[in-house]
Amino acid sequence: MSNLSETAEKVAQGPTLNVAPSPHVADTSFTTRRMMTDVLIGLTPLVAMSVFMFRWLAVQQIAVCVVACLASEAVFVSMRGKKITLNDCSAAVTGLILALSLPATAPWYVGCLASVVAMGIGKIIFGGLGMNIFNPAMVGRAFVMIAFASLMGAGAYENPASAIDAISQATPLTALKGSGISTSIFNLFFGFTNGSLGETSALAALIGGIFLCIRRTASWEIPVGVIACVALLAGLADLSAGANGHLLLHHLFGGALLFGAFFIATDPVSSPLTPRGKFIFGAGVGAFIMIIRLFSGYPEGVMFAILLMNAVTPLINRWTIPRPMGDA
Amino acid sequence: MERLEIMGIFGSKEFPGTGSFPHGIHPPGNKFYSAGAQVEVITVPDKVVLPLLQHIGAPCEPVVKPRQTVACGEMVGEGQAFVSASLHTPVAGKVKKIGVVTLPNGRHLPAIEIKTEGEQQPCNELWEEMTSTDWSLSTIPDYSPDEIARLIHAAGIVGLGGAAFPTHVKVMPNDKRLIDSLLVNGCECEPYLTCDYRLMKEAPHAIVAGALLAGRAVSAKEIFICIEDNKPEAIEALELATRNTVVQVAVVRTKYPQGSEKQLVKAVLNLDVPLGGLPSDVGVALSNVGTMAAVARAVIKKGPLTHRIVSVTGGGIVTPKNIFTPIGISMGELIDFCGGLTEDAARIIAGGPMMGFAFSDLTTPVTKGTSGITILTHAETASGEETACVRCGRCVEACPMNLVPTRLAMAARYKNTALARQYNINACFECGSCTYVCPANIKLVQLIRTGKAQVAAAMKR
Ligand code: SF4
Ligand code: SF4
Repeated sequence: MSNLSETAEKVAQGPTLNVAPSPHVADTSFTTRRMMTDVLIGLTPLVAMSVFMFRWLAVQQIAVCVVACLASEAVFVSMRGKKITLNDCSAAVTGLILALSLPATAPWYVGCLASVVAMGIGKIIFGGLGMNIFNPAMVGRAFVMIAFASLMGAGAYENPASAIDAISQATPLTALKGSGISTSIFNLFFGFTNGSLGETSALAALIGGIFLCIRRTASWEIPVGVIACVALLAGLADLSAGANGHLLLHHLFGGALLFGAFFIATDPVSSPLTPRGKFIFGAGVGAFIMIIRLFSGYPEGVMFAILLMNAVTPLINRWTIPRPMGDA
Repeated sequence: MERLEIMGIFGSKEFPGTGSFPHGIHPPGNKFYSAGAQVEVITVPDKVVLPLLQHIGAPCEPVVKPRQTVACGEMVGEGQAFVSASLHTPVAGKVKKIGVVTLPNGRHLPAIEIKTEGEQQPCNELWEEMTSTDWSLSTIPDYSPDEIARLIHAAGIVGLGGAAFPTHVKVMPNDKRLIDSLLVNGCECEPYLTCDYRLMKEAPHAIVAGALLAGRAVSAKEIFICIEDNKPEAIEALELATRNTVVQVAVVRTKYPQGSEKQLVKAVLNLDVPLGGLPSDVGVALSNVGTMAAVARAVIKKGPLTHRIVSVTGGGIVTPKNIFTPIGISMGELIDFCGGLTEDAARIIAGGPMMGFAFSDLTTPVTKGTSGITILTHAETASGEETACVRCGRCVEACPMNLVPTRLAMAARYKNTALARQYNINACFECGSCTYVCPANIKLVQLIRTGKAQVAAAMKR
């Protein structure tokens, strides 16, 4: 051992060093958990607006969904014999988004059931975080929308007996579709209207959504695709209906469009991988939204549009395999 | 930066590329540890260990026997195959034995051990020669391309940037593949490393002389020395050294992996090296700045490649340094020379943190391709548990080859070689950018490496 260097001798004696494959450094500022907390932060303007509009009902709905989502994730994950992963915050995000997509008046058991279905069928059945094909919150919402049609339909948003002003009116899109009454763009933009908890304020959705895009937690290609496509199709509808620009803005600011575009469609797990794929996905969501809004019996179509495009995502991924650098 | 703009370097960009390439990442450079450390010369060690394969290609054959005495610079291993490089001893002494060593990349190799004896050529003489400003540029036209290639071959020069490809193969005059441009790579985009930076700052004239010689060997019409814009002092030194020569300095954007061949060709010349092809397919030859200095010495001073600069850097070393050192010295001696490891040293890496190999055996010798020893602390090393892929696409946005790393990794995990090939797994050059950005801490490169092996095995069947 005489010609070992001093350090070599020290290292030979001590256990301090470790060996691992490259790269040996990582970007620790961006983790799965940070992405999820970013979404929670991005949603705060919408939460604030919903509490302002629907008071106690909003608080209650959010609490029910978040708690139910956390609990069902814990239960389902341990049933599969895996380590509980609540600290990645993804269940909390699902719960919050689900709550914001429900009407304020939906009874507690609706939120609860939606949460159980969201986590159980929307996520854990596929193998947990990262493996699901559909957006879990939208799976939960779709379930309760079908199971409790009357509690979730257009009527759910109108309760003349409600103590809260907003709930005495129809949602803007229902009013437009059903009776041709159009809400003022001012009210739509700031959110002084009826609707599901998170959809009333276009402004709040924009603030939170732009925050997410700047943080690169959400890929901007998706909301841009959605908004561009909706603007195009709504613009065409607007042209055929008198071209006053009102209808166009109504479609852009009304309903869950911006909430969906920035917070739901951007779910990384159920959207495509490449920037080009993401844009196609967004445009597809936008197209389905407008088809449903214009031609179906439903006034709103964000949820179905996103679920439909989730199903197309694997195909989009295959279409958009990028060409490697130097590929002729 | 500001100074550069005043100097008008950005304004005078005279190359067709944009100075950058699509995608890539910006890891913290951490060059501050050793960038300010002037190259120090280490004393002649008691012994050197010279592995017989220090380059890409075939190993060289020993031409000495145990107990034989050798002089400084004498050839001890001969590269007989075309893609091979000869080996020369940096010290005078007695051949002890031909044993076996394990290099940080995990390869076991035969190696010649030489015990230092008798009169030595002090390392600082060599270094002074390197840093001198007189490289008699006027004599360069006297060398014919064949002669330059022959002298490079005789000196056993390989790429000193890390890949260690035998240089004579690159500069061999070839009628079929005409070379238009020679890019001299001074990007040093790996975080932490500063050996090329110090060489550019302290020995710019040797680099320019080597570039002119190599350019002459390949009959290049233009020669660019490419430097990232985070190294203003190196740019300045080379601007001065290239004055009144045909060599131009190309300032490119600081970004990882800017120094990789295809990315650099794109950034400077706006050419796409074909998939599976080489830069020579688009008429470009590339070589590292250190290699060019070695070429200058080989041709003008007729000296073999026996020494190189190694950066010893990172939070885990007491005094980070750049050391002019004989090849074959043990890594441990270099670490000792820098005051040893700190208390919180966690990982020792041969090379930089993005593509280097971690190792723990400090008797491992420095080879021609050893550009640095990076010693990271626990706080600096990548850690954290792996979670599920959230399909965020950040790895896609980072990949400089425009691949879909998450798909490649999944294909490897499920041994799906068809999928791996559909997603062009072989275009990955293992730069590590994807792993660096992944929020789920997935070891993508490691999986992709496995996937490549699976594809190769499946092709053989
Ligand atoms: S960066 Fe990581 S988590 Fe994101 S898609 Fe790639 S592998 Fe998956
Ligand atoms: S390691 Fe391969 S797949 Fe990953 S970024 Fe680099 S080239 Fe792309």
